[in-house]
Amino acid sequence: MGWYKRRLAKSLWVFHVSGSPCNNCDIEILDLLTPKYDVERFGIKLVGSVRHADVLLVTGVFNQKIAPRIKRIYEQAPKPIFVVAIGTCTSGTCCFKDSYNIVPDREAVIPIDVYVPGCPPKPEAMIEAVAKLIGVLNG
Amino acid sequence: MKASIGWLLFAILIFPGLFFTGVLGLIVGWLDRKVSARVQYRVGPPFSQNFNDFFKLLGKETIIVRNGIHSLFVIAPLVALGSTVLIATLVGITLFQWLGVANDFGDLIVIMYLMMVFSVMVILGGSASGNVYSSLGAGREIKLLLADELAFILVCLVAVIKAGYTFRLDAILATQQAQGMFIASPSGAIAFIVGLLCLQAKMTLPPFHISEAETEIVEGPLMEYSGPLLGFWKLSQAMLWVALPFLLIALFLGGFTVEGYGILWSLLKYVGIVVVMILIKNTNPRIRIDTALHFFWKILTPLAFLATILAVLGV
Ligand code: SF4
Repeated sequence: MGWYKRRLAKSLWVFHVSGSPCNNCDIEILDLLTPKYDVERFGIKLVGSVRHADVLLVTGVFNQKIAPRIKRIYEQAPKPIFVVAIGTCTSGTCCFKDSYNIVPDREAVIPIDVYVPGCPPKPEAMIEAVAKLIGVLNG
Repeated sequence: MKASIGWLLFAILIFPGLFFTGVLGLIVGWLDRKVSARVQYRVGPPFSQNFNDFFKLLGKETIIVRNGIHSLFVIAPLVALGSTVLIATLVGITLFQWLGVANDFGDLIVIMYLMMVFSVMVILGGSASGNVYSSLGAGREIKLLLADELAFILVCLVAVIKAGYTFRLDAILATQQAQGMFIASPSGAIAFIVGLLCLQAKMTLPPFHISEAETEIVEGPLMEYSGPLLGFWKLSQAMLWVALPFLLIALFLGGFTVEGYGILWSLLKYVGIVVVMILIKNTNPRIRIDTALHFFWKILTPLAFLATILAVLGV
């Protein structure tokens, strides 16, 4: 298994699940693919179909309306799959904390492996989060 | 020496078939990503990247979609892989003549059929997955096949005519070794350029990645594939990076020589074709399907036809 996990760590394909963000985190995620940060160095590739994904990048708060859909996307992904929550929205509901339709327990919707706080988080922080995930996979 | 069963199995599974082409294809896939990254001022993935991708896909879960046709969905990538292996073997046996076996395998018509089988499997696999985007992609693949097929057949015909009306790949090679490469003549040069663009469309590389269009219909036919089945698709696409340029080299560039500096020259031919394809891929945006049809039917097919006429006239 260790050999397989090292292969997996070197080839994480990410799929972008937009919960209900203000869209700023999503723009920051796109920064990762630009020449300055270039996460393809680590074998990370942005894929368009959830069937090809290894990592789900979830942004935004989980509200009543989006939570079932996020759960469904998680179920559609082939296992093993990892979830990285991007932004303070996902980890601490951020500026939407008094909103009436927030799902209180997000971990009951999908299991989340890594949180990246920040509003929006810097691309460096996201790279660090993914590097942590790679570290966990490598043991 | 006559070909025995054991030798045939070796040719199909190890060299120049599955193993050799697979490994070389994945390496060329890395070259593709690396050169693309350098064109975009990025660093690009490490050398082992495509191998990691492939082995990772082998260990993922395979999801079979409920509202699709299950058997077809599973069979399509396997048959596609098989046909790619056969193309690679047929072309490879003829190109690497030093295997020292009487080779009358390389029949051009069989190779053209097998290339069509690959496209048909993409179409079947895409339409069997019960997804709207996949069937859209499959439909576009049909149109693309209709667009490039005629031009490609004419291109092959040029080599056939110049070799004295024979469809055997080894005879085409032998003629070139006797009289020099076909690309040196006007008809050969035109046919080579048209053939290069046809390969671009056959491998659905940009600007002809109309059927896969990631940003628009999300990889089209491959959208619902996951795990090992996706891995087989990716492997056969990687193997096309080897098999099709090899075919073009056999048809117009006089094959490979393996003595002395000939090796370098052979390598240069292959890497040259691949890099030109990567550069075309990186400098062109995706075109619409009607533009592709226009381009192939109104520009490339007449050009290929002209090359055929020139070849008949002996120019
Ligand atoms: S964390 Fe901030 S930037 Fe990100 S989606 Fe929420 S509000 Fe927007």
